[in-house]
Amino acid sequence: MSARASTGRTIAAHAVLLTYTLIALFPVFVIVINSFKSRKAIFADPLALPVPGNFDWVGYETVLKQGDFFLYFQNSLIVTCASLFFVLLFGAMAAFALSEYRFRGNTLMGLYLALGIMIPIRLGTVAILELMVASGLVNTLTALILVYTAQGLPLAVFILAEFMKSVSHDLKNAGRIDGLSEYRIFFTLVLPLVRPAMATVAVFTMIPIWNDLWFPLILAPAEHTKTVTLGAQVFIGQFVTNWNAVLAALSLAIVPVLVLYLIFSRQLIRGITAGAVK
Amino acid sequence: MGALELKGVTKSFGSTEVIKGVDLTVNDGEFCVFVGPSGCGKSTLLRMIAGLEDTSDGDILVDGKRMNDVAPAKRELAMVFQSYALYPHLTVRDNMGLALKQAGRPKTEIRAATDKAAGMLALDPLMERRPAELSGGQRQRVAIGRAIVRTPKLFLFDEPLSNLDAALRVATRIEIARLHRDLKATMIYVTHDQVEAMTLADRIVVLRAGKVEQVGSPMELYNDPANTFVAGFIGSPQMNFLDAASLGLAPGKVGIRPEHLTISRDQGEIPAEVSHVEKLGGETLVYARNPQHGLLTVRLFGEHDFAVSEKVHLTLQRERMFQFDPDGLRRR
Repeated sequence: MSARASTGRTIAAHAVLLTYTLIALFPVFVIVINSFKSRKAIFADPLALPVPGNFDWVGYETVLKQGDFFLYFQNSLIVTCASLFFVLLFGAMAAFALSEYRFRGNTLMGLYLALGIMIPIRLGTVAILELMVASGLVNTLTALILVYTAQGLPLAVFILAEFMKSVSHDLKNAGRIDGLSEYRIFFTLVLPLVRPAMATVAVFTMIPIWNDLWFPLILAPAEHTKTVTLGAQVFIGQFVTNWNAVLAALSLAIVPVLVLYLIFSRQLIRGITAGAVK
Repeated sequence: MGALELKGVTKSFGSTEVIKGVDLTVNDGEFCVFVGPSGCGKSTLLRMIAGLEDTSDGDILVDGKRMNDVAPAKRELAMVFQSYALYPHLTVRDNMGLALKQAGRPKTEIRAATDKAAGMLALDPLMERRPAELSGGQRQRVAIGRAIVRTPKLFLFDEPLSNLDAALRVATRIEIARLHRDLKATMIYVTHDQVEAMTLADRIVVLRAGKVEQVGSPMELYNDPANTFVAGFIGSPQMNFLDAASLGLAPGKVGIRPEHLTISRDQGEIPAEVSHVEKLGGETLVYARNPQHGLLTVRLFGEHDFAVSEKVHLTLQRERMFQFDPDGLRRR
């Protein structure tokens, strides 16, 4: 009886999840198949699979011939990886301080750092632009890295602080008695134990940065600092849009972020906390 | 080489005072147990001695030197934690040797020290394993080994046996007692289990709500408790408390241990009705209810047959009873 009921529940859960997966993947699927088709075939039958009759490399040829696309990819990767690194480093350090040390205004500081989750950073675009102009950082990747680091920190601090509270105090105290510095305790004892949380934060932080069009367009629209999302815009004209090229560029843009995601998701499921305490 | 002295030590978290002025001297080589119910501040006091918590007021002295502002690593002490707190990324050998490595000792010395500690605790075959590959008992032995390697002035134990199962707890308790004999080091041990306290301690410090209730050897506390709290806390099963006035004594309470009550079917001072019997083979515990005194425990040696709701009579061994005034303090 209970076994049957749970089988029914499992089927229902899988049905719901599969449906969601199909809905979520469908646009990606359409982009990828159409990127391999000729312009005529895209409009004639958008849902048709690329077969010898309608197959065409023209989108990818255009994108690669454009030449600068390799640079755009490089820019996107530099910006994403650097921002991610700083978000994780500073976020984890702030979270450690908030969860580990008792000091006056601890809770208030935590709330202040988490405030950014509720206030979109884009509200401050004008001020950020003025700041970047004043400091001469317009059209540099540094400007983007700084903005994205600020954008990612609140959520990172919030999530990591919760996780770090769960790391055994005994373990940290054992380190202190054995003469480890606070930095060693942080890097060698605490960070490995919150790795799954770090991976979660990394995924949440990385995707909006990779996909962002707003800040590259405003802060770094120069040719040498364009990111992939901004670069793909050259094919979207006011009157004519080169759909083959746009779709090919977007298909290519999926690959690096997919690779990064796979790296982090492996961390998500790997439990290395076993044996630390208890 | 490891005498500890606490002088008027207090600790407050905000406005709540958790340690309310503790004065205590632990002699060199002594095994001192802090015991008390949960929340009495015993672990906090231990962490203050270790330097993991700041002291709000008062002095902590080791060998006469004030330690209040000395970092934990420089206090020359080692601590064994309830949750073992082994470093998950290091092997058993590296776990045990880390403190010496941090202190910058030569490799050969570290190797010799870890090997010696491993020999004492029968850890030799496990030296290259990681904590995740060890059982609970083995992990606790590694944690103890990590403490031994440092040859500290003071060993601090924070409820080290709480996570072990009953059989392992007894074995590890015996091992700790043997270590104390072999090392002749000063040890401070925190537990809420009065059996551990009684079996291990040279001297027991009974704490309640941040204050020392009584300090003494296990038998002093058993035979001469200062108040109802200590009398009730030390000894298992718990001491019976009876209303003194109804026994024709000065008002207050009378304490009598279960082993000092005699039970008879025919005659005795206090009539009672058996409400439950626990037969343990070597001893029998009879719980009998008297309308005035409540549930009283009688401990009998050997096997005895008493039926539930049987009428019995209890008699106090007058020379073994303790009298307490209405405030709970012992009448002397």
